[in-house]
Amino acid sequence: MSDRDVILGRVRRALADVTPDGTPYEAALPRDYLREHGERSLARTVELLAENLADYRALVHRCAGVPELSALIAGLLAGRGARSVLVPPGLDGAWLADTGAEVTRVADEAASTAAELDRVDSVVTGCAVAVAETGTLVLDGSPDQGRRRITLIPDHHICVVRVPEQVVGSVPQAVARLDPRRPLTWISGPSATSDIELNRVEGVHGPRTLEVVLLGDA
Amino acid sequence: MSGTSGGTYLGMPAFPEAAHDAVRDTTLRGNLRHATHTIRAKRAHAVAEVSDWAELREAGKRIKDHTLRHLDRYLVQVEETVTAAGGTVHWAADAEEANRIVAGLVRETGESEVVKVKSMATQEIGLNEALEAEGIRAYETDLAELIVQLGKDRPSHILVPAIHRNRGEIREIFAREMSEWGRPAPEGLTDSPAELAEAARLHLREKFLRAKVGISGANFVVAETGTLVVVESEGNGRMCLTLPETLISVVGIEKIVPTWRDLEVFLQTLPRSSTAERMNPYTSMWTGTSDSDRADGPRTFHLVLLDNGRTDTLADEVGRQALRCIRCSACLNVCPVYERAGGHAYGSVYPGPIGAILSPQLRGTGSEIDASLPYASSLCGACYEVCPVAIDIPEVLVHLRERVAQGGTATREGAKVVLRPAKGHAAERAAMRAARWAFGRPGALRAGQRLASRTRRLHPRTLPGPGRAWSESRDLPPVPAEPFRDWWRRTNGGEDGAK
Ligand code: SF4
Repeated sequence: MSDRDVILGRVRRALADVTPDGTPYEAALPRDYLREHGERSLARTVELLAENLADYRALVHRCAGVPELSALIAGLLAGRGARSVLVPPGLDGAWLADTGAEVTRVADEAASTAAELDRVDSVVTGCAVAVAETGTLVLDGSPDQGRRRITLIPDHHICVVRVPEQVVGSVPQAVARLDPRRPLTWISGPSATSDIELNRVEGVHGPRTLEVVLLGDA
Repeated sequence: MSGTSGGTYLGMPAFPEAAHDAVRDTTLRGNLRHATHTIRAKRAHAVAEVSDWAELREAGKRIKDHTLRHLDRYLVQVEETVTAAGGTVHWAADAEEANRIVAGLVRETGESEVVKVKSMATQEIGLNEALEAEGIRAYETDLAELIVQLGKDRPSHILVPAIHRNRGEIREIFAREMSEWGRPAPEGLTDSPAELAEAARLHLREKFLRAKVGISGANFVVAETGTLVVVESEGNGRMCLTLPETLISVVGIEKIVPTWRDLEVFLQTLPRSSTAERMNPYTSMWTGTSDSDRADGPRTFHLVLLDNGRTDTLADEVGRQALRCIRCSACLNVCPVYERAGGHAYGSVYPGPIGAILSPQLRGTGSEIDASLPYASSLCGACYEVCPVAIDIPEVLVHLRERVAQGGTATREGAKVVLRPAKGHAAERAAMRAARWAFGRPGALRAGQRLASRTRRLHPRTLPGPGRAWSESRDLPPVPAEPFRDWWRRTNGGEDGAK
């Protein structure tokens, strides 16, 4: 007998006391928890996002439009002395318009090795959704975000969130917006650990500096 | 690491002996006390932030119960959805089979080293040792696991396996051992947590960049979509899940949730219960794989579904609730017995209250350590109160005590067996010593009050059911009149010397 048959047989015998029940799952499971914690205006939701991002040590910036964003990104890269920046295939070119030629644009080619990406200083991406109540950004691998490894290996990640349209209040609202077939990465602050005496320390393997730009006038 | 066999640490003394050693170790006690007390207050704060905690907890409980009651159906669904998404599903009835499958898959790649994300399931089956025997080196990449691996130590906490080490000890281990495994620790390393984290970053980076095979567990598997979820903090998980060409995930069959939407519950309750954060730094979710040129992450994905005693646990109508556990470790952090005994005393990768009900079910109560575990508790109920899936740990402890004391039927490897009462056996003596130990610690004892004042079904002067016959002739100290909650508040959670 295969291990599959063994396990399924054991499960069925183990559940011999359970009376079969045809109730559909969603009917059997009352979800009386909240969709969102409290009522907030859109502007307040964006503010809460900014607060919670900052609380977990992300650096938060705001700007109204793309011209301003382009100047901001150029400044952030220059401020770190970045000499190279990873660019996802679908990133709006205008975002990097003010970034000079001294900063090399690096594309994530199929042939690029992890070791090559490890030499790149920064990465700029968009995001799929941002969650205000938890201060979380979710990336789903869309063309303006690229493959998961590009937001992992460089030590500096600039993530642009379009507000208010990409912001939701709560985790349940985020789950409803996301497509599970895409590779998803939920990011809440820079890499951190609680492994030394159960205290949070920032900066282990992921980017140690996370900058979030809230783009839009909400 | 010391040897494991099906999750039992060889030569492990029964709970009370190991606990006595821990209590004599003042550094260990100090480290544990400091860490658990820090996290307790933070967890309470993180939980208080969400007004619907009770509803989320109830939903989590029901989702898991529903899944367990239809587990055969959901297992088959997982197989279908993961396979449809490009993954390969394997089934392992026990630890040996799981290790054999994983070693075989690694050998097929031609690689002789793998990077690992922290995973309870792979610790439980002793995967690292099994791979070592096949000439495959497994590198632990979680900071705490790295500390344990470099220190040739054993894990003592679910979430923070090196919780028994303070920063000074970690510095020592890094300075001494890192060069044996790869890049040495930086010159002049101090014990500042930031420097220690930096040392781990440098040491592990070269391993991530060249790794061809990653091994992980998973916090959740979504049956409806075939999605796996790994919740972590450091980014080592992301490294292991995205950079290698081959990914092998070993997952206990109880990790399934039916629908994508179910994650909205656990993504709220797990981070707040474990690290006391609104959200942990990184959560990765992936559904199968793709072998296209633009594939994001591993081209090959294997899911190993692990039983190893879980179906035996499922067969027990009272004990099966232990399978709801999402391994948050909140119950460890509030447990007065864990705090004094330390994680190693529990003799398995699952320490603390959850270990006391899980190990004797996964492994049976045949050994002295497993027979004594249900007694390693004062039944104070703090574990139940914090558990985000409402596992009534005291209820299961009492049930297992009855089984040890009275004997009765149980399921082992799928077959019904009749256990003899422990009376007169070494197991009985171990159990009694554990009980006396737990009741005899002043702090642990006083915390046992929930029992008497909140009228659980047994009186603390006697052990439950047939245990009664034993305990009447044996001296268990009387329980004070003060209710547990009052004691807890008055002594600042035992902080003030448990008076
Ligand atoms: S038993 Fe409950 S509190 Fe303990 S680790 Fe499991 S889920 Fe967390």
